[in-house]
Amino acid sequence: MAEAATTAPRRWTQRTLAPWLFLAPGLIMFTIYVLWPIVESVTLSFYDWNGLYDRDGAFTGTFVGMGNYAELMGDPAFTTSLWNNLKWLVLYMLALPIGLFIAIFLNQTVTGIRLYKSLFFFPFVISQVVVGLIFAWFYAPNFGLLYLLTEAITGKGTAILADPDLVTYGIIAAGLWPQIAYVMILYLTGLNNVAPDQIEAARLDGAKGWRMLWYVVLPQLRPATFIAVIVTVIGALRSFDLVSIMTSGGPFGSSRVLSYYMYEMALGEFGFRMGYGAAIAVVLFAIMMIFISGFIWKMWRDEKER
Amino acid sequence: MFPRPIQKSSTAAQWVYSIALPVALLLWLFPLLGVALTSLRPASDLAQGNYFGMPSGIAWENYKFIFTETPIGQYMLNSMWVTIPTVIGAVSLSLMTGFALAVYGFRANILVFFMFVAGNFVPFQILMVPVRDMTLQLGMYDTWYGLALFHIAFQTGFCTLFMRNFIKALPYELIEAARVEGVSEWRIFWYIVLPLMRPAIAALSVLVFTFIWNDFFWATVLTQGVDSQPITAGLSSLNGQWIAQWHLVSAGSILAALPPVAMFFLMQKHFIAGLTLGAVK
Repeated sequence: MAEAATTAPRRWTQRTLAPWLFLAPGLIMFTIYVLWPIVESVTLSFYDWNGLYDRDGAFTGTFVGMGNYAELMGDPAFTTSLWNNLKWLVLYMLALPIGLFIAIFLNQTVTGIRLYKSLFFFPFVISQVVVGLIFAWFYAPNFGLLYLLTEAITGKGTAILADPDLVTYGIIAAGLWPQIAYVMILYLTGLNNVAPDQIEAARLDGAKGWRMLWYVVLPQLRPATFIAVIVTVIGALRSFDLVSIMTSGGPFGSSRVLSYYMYEMALGEFGFRMGYGAAIAVVLFAIMMIFISGFIWKMWRDEKER
Repeated sequence: MFPRPIQKSSTAAQWVYSIALPVALLLWLFPLLGVALTSLRPASDLAQGNYFGMPSGIAWENYKFIFTETPIGQYMLNSMWVTIPTVIGAVSLSLMTGFALAVYGFRANILVFFMFVAGNFVPFQILMVPVRDMTLQLGMYDTWYGLALFHIAFQTGFCTLFMRNFIKALPYELIEAARVEGVSEWRIFWYIVLPLMRPAIAALSVLVFTFIWNDFFWATVLTQGVDSQPITAGLSSLNGQWIAQWHLVSAGSILAALPPVAMFFLMQKHFIAGLTLGAVK
């Protein structure tokens, strides 16, 4: 008893201090490299800055207020990028039904199915740079498989990446390849955990095919669908690598997306327009925030239920 | 089980399935197979327009060429130098943050947790200018550690989410019991929780390895020379030099894809467990 009385206050302080000591290294790093830069970028978006400092090390930017944002409104390249981002977002959602379809196709227990599942997952493991190069080869004019295929069908080959109207769709198709693989693996895991008794009961009631999928299976796959939507949206809005590798935003800037246009403005050949780039990034961030808050809101609800 | 097991279907359906499976796989991986084959095709074949016919021989010299005539070996090494410290750093930091957020019920807990989660989803571009500027100021631009430090910090967000949920699923009585015995918080972390974290550590390590190995954006923003550029950025600049030399581009691509693919096959179970976290309740 006496011992408990003397150690109780000490342990109490240890337990209030401990979480912060455990958090400190990670939290400090995260603040320096993630949280603070967000604040800085937002501030920077109100300045005109070429990324340089003067000889005394002082910041050389000039405050322009909403100037960068006003300029964005009248910038056709910005409109193209925003529009392309919307195409990415909408078409990327195709990864959900296709991924689910492949997952259902592969959810069997025949010999070697495990190997099949991992090989189907392959595209997600390799770098987007490699995916971009693979598809650039697939789309290549004159000898690319797609070119030859369109030539055989229509008599005239289509060089997708050189066509301003088609280029974005060509890149999105390349992006969908790994994204479908990711969604597939999420659904395969989900299907593995569908309650067998409910399926059997529904089967006895005569449910099958689409009705079974829609009314019995899909509701049980909701956690998987939720994660799939989140990762697909993020994948769509983060699309930088493929655009950079496959077209560098071309031809004539027609395949730009916000993430790539921002990079071009801040570090590309058009000069170092850091403030303008930051303003583009803020717009992208605002779009992403809609989805992030939705995700956080759902997580918060789940936490409370627990 | 959904769909109905194929074994319960007619023999004809089973036959169709056993044929459809390899055909579908072949179609699915077609672009990749094409590139793999091109990487072994002699340059003379491509020059003569023989892109898809029988190759006139197997050209291992394409691989030999990129190793001897281009810095691809150096790029691969640079990637290792960035990736391995990042894996160790991010996993260690998040073990601690995850433990703090899972075990202690302090007031700011949920706020700190959501901050990590939200930060993990932000577009890279909102961080780009300040992070690049800071890396330059600290004299770490174009170094492996400049890149690795950023990756460690950023990956800590995702890893914290993972670790915290994993520790939360452990029986809390273990920790309670240890506290009653008077074991210090640090020793609870080190001797009780850490040994149970092996599967989580394995899963996160393979995932982070793949993410970082495949990173292209930060590689282009924070490095530029042969001495520090990772393979993704290196391959991109080589691609600029090898205009339409597809046998070389293909060989380089296959090489860049190899380490994460090997990692995936060796640690498949952990990889998928990590990736599908939250996909089931």
